[in-house]
Formats: sequence, structure tokens, C-alpha cells
Amino acid sequence: MKYVDEFRRPELIGKAREEIRRLIDPSRHYRFMEVCGGHTHAIYRFGLKDLLPRNIELVHGPGCPVCVLPMGRIDDGLALARQPEVIFTAFGDMMRVPGTHGSPLEQKARGVDVRIVYSPADALKIAEANPDRHVLFFAIGFETTAPSTALTLKRARERGIGNFSVFCNHVTIIPAIRAILDSPDMRIDAFIGPGHVSTVIGCRPYEWIARNEKKPIVVSGFEPLDILQAVAMLLRQLRNGEAKVENQYGRVVPWEGNRSALKALAEVFELRPYFEWRGLGFISQSALRIRDEYAEWDAERRFTVPGVRVTDPKAAQCGEVLKGVLQPAQCKLFGKECTPEHPIGALMVSSEGSCAAYYTFEHRKAAVGAP
Amino acid sequence: MCLAIPGKIVEMLPGDSAQALVEVLGVRRKVDLGLLEEADPGRVGDWVLIHVGFAMSKVSERHAMEQIRLLEALGETEAAAIELRQGLEAT
Repeated sequence: MKYVDEFRRPELIGKAREEIRRLIDPSRHYRFMEVCGGHTHAIYRFGLKDLLPRNIELVHGPGCPVCVLPMGRIDDGLALARQPEVIFTAFGDMMRVPGTHGSPLEQKARGVDVRIVYSPADALKIAEANPDRHVLFFAIGFETTAPSTALTLKRARERGIGNFSVFCNHVTIIPAIRAILDSPDMRIDAFIGPGHVSTVIGCRPYEWIARNEKKPIVVSGFEPLDILQAVAMLLRQLRNGEAKVENQYGRVVPWEGNRSALKALAEVFELRPYFEWRGLGFISQSALRIRDEYAEWDAERRFTVPGVRVTDPKAAQCGEVLKGVLQPAQCKLFGKECTPEHPIGALMVSSEGSCAAYYTFEHRKAAVGAP
Repeated sequence: MCLAIPGKIVEMLPGDSAQALVEVLGVRRKVDLGLLEEADPGRVGDWVLIHVGFAMSKVSERHAMEQIRLLEALGETEAAAIELRQGLEAT
């Protein structure tokens, strides 16, 4: 509540809440999934749950790229990192994600050459500066991030940089939404669509959700007012018996997406037949791999990858939280064995992970007895 | 990491691959403009939303300011600035 008061345009926030109260059916329970981890973070940070009627439940979706990566892929990447010629590079978000034998950061403490990069372009620069080493970039992310990796691979080819490769873990959002809808223990009434993924893919790919699954979806921005307006738009569709795609974030998201970024994606990547997601299992055509034309820069073809499959620690219920079946605090390890300081599951690592967000903004608040 | 950071293009760098110097949260760094729409590729003075070192879309100055305020409210600006600097040191 405090943060929203500090935030701008309180009169518009008030109007959006009024609109929500007007549209809601007090006799039913609503479950809205916010797909994107950025929304999850904003919802907790701004205390938006306190601003919504009690019969609206916000369910956190799979849109945190660090969280959905199965531990086996981290182990595979770290196995390559231990090759003596390799410099292992990854985003800061990845560094504390636990593998079976520790996180990338713990491997670094044991002498493995692990470096944080802000951009895949920085990893490529490290390769140019270290011609006698091999620089591997551990790529993660949805369609927001994948075009940057694609363009980096194009730059590597243009400049003839051979001591660079990408271990590709890029995933796509639509199959994950479909998997959640197919899951028998899941009941979602409507979706708050991801903001920045949609700057790349546009709004059209969501139309099947509206058409085939009869679920409303509103692509939303990240400000408190954006999210409240998106909730009101979803309620209006449900009240009118509609299911369509709407764009609340038109100031940034074009309906057709970003054609340059889509072109770069199509040139460099193709769909994998299937890929394993933490919590959701194997999903067909849900991830990207590097095309034959770029095989020279594909770490999975340059190196022998162990192909490890690891099941999550038994007590951790990351999968259920990731699917929205459990809220973070309902996991047996939450706030006890598993905390942001000592994460057991990936959802406790990234600031976009629902467990870390819940722990930081709700759990601590309760612990110190603040309002 | 899914939130984009606004920056202002301050200088186009020579060469044919759309590299520019962009001022982001007080840090100047090289940003690749190659993912902007071909019809509207970005010029000095334009505001762009940057994600992992690549400009993803052009935005109005007003929206750039709103986005900076949002990042501040989310407590993300400090972390973003640290990441940007790490990026510079890594190279």
C-alpha cells in the first residue's frame, strides 16, 4: 500500500479500483495468471493484492527464465565450464542458481573461470580479447532476450570470431501457457499477458488462447495503474462473456511485434522438437536451438554435452509453485531451508521468481509485524 | 531481467553494424541498434528501451522518464547500474 501511495497518479489508481468494484461479480472467485516474472515482482513490490477485492486471486506464471530451467541444463553448462580452455559467461541472474554440484558462483570459487556479463555482446567481446581461450555464453530467456543472442551470433559470423559459442536455453512463452491450460490441476479464468515478450512477438500469437481456450488475455505494462487497468479489462470481458486479446500496453507493444527481432530469431534459431521445463515437464516445440548455418557457434555441437537429467530435491515444490497450483508460502521449505540467502529452488534466486518476491515483500513484512 | 532500461543515443559509432554509444542511468555504453525496426533505425537524441545491451524499441522521452521512475520504485535502478558497469569491466 505504502509504495502505491508514493507512486504517481493516485486519483487514477482510485478510478481503476472503482471500475474493478463495478465490474466484479462478488459471488464468484476469479483466478488470473500473470505470465511474466516482471509482473510478479511488481505485484509484490507495490502490494497490489491489497488493492484488489479478495475474490480476485493472482496466480504466478512460468515467465521467469531462470526459474523454468531444469537443473540438468545447469549441470550440463557447468560441465562445459570445467573444460580448461573455456571461459563460462552468463547473466548475473544465473550465478546463484543451484546445480547438483553448486551454482556457477560456487564453481567460480573453486577455480572455474566463470564471468558475469550484462549482454551476450559482452561475452563476444571477451572472446575477441582472449583468442587462445573459448568463450561459452550460457543463454537463457524468452523471446525478449533471444533476439539479442541471435544478433550476437550474426555478429560473431560477420566478424569471423571462432572461439565463441552459445549454450542455448531460450524458451518460448506460448507453449508454456498451453501446457498450463492442459494441466488437469489448473484452473485459470484469464491471463495478464507479458509486457516485454510482447514487444517482440506482438499480440497476435495469443489469439489462439482467446479463440480455442475461451480465455481473455490482456497484455499489460508494469506500473501499478497498468496492472489494475488490465484486471479491469479482464473483468469486463468475463462479465460480457467475451474472450479476446487486448493490448493495455500499446505505448510500447505494437500489435504486430518487432519485425527486425523476429527476423533475427528466424535466421538463427529453429524450434526444438521438445524441451524440458522445471515443473512443467517436457513440452513440444517450446524452445529454440541454433540452426545448421550457425553450427560452428553451437556449444551443444562443439562439445560433448553430458545431457544430465536431474529431478528437483524431493521436498521442494518448485513445480507446483511454478504452475500456480501452490502459492510460494505453501511449499514445505519456504522461508525455512529455502531462503534468498540459501536458495534450494531457482524460484528463490531471481528477483522475478515468485518465491523470492514473496519472501522479500510479504514474508519479511509479516515477520517484522509491519502493516 | 525482463524489465527494459531506457537510454538516450548520444553518438553513432563508425562501421556498418548499427553500434551506438547510449547513456543509460548515467553510464555510457555501447549498445547494438540492430534489432530496431529497419524503417525507423534510431538516431542521436532518440530514447530507446534497452534489454541486455540491445535496443529493443524506440520510445518517447515521456515514456522513458516514466520507465526510469518505475525502475526506481521497483528498486531496480541500482542493480541495473551495477550490471551495466560489470558489463563494461568484463570487456
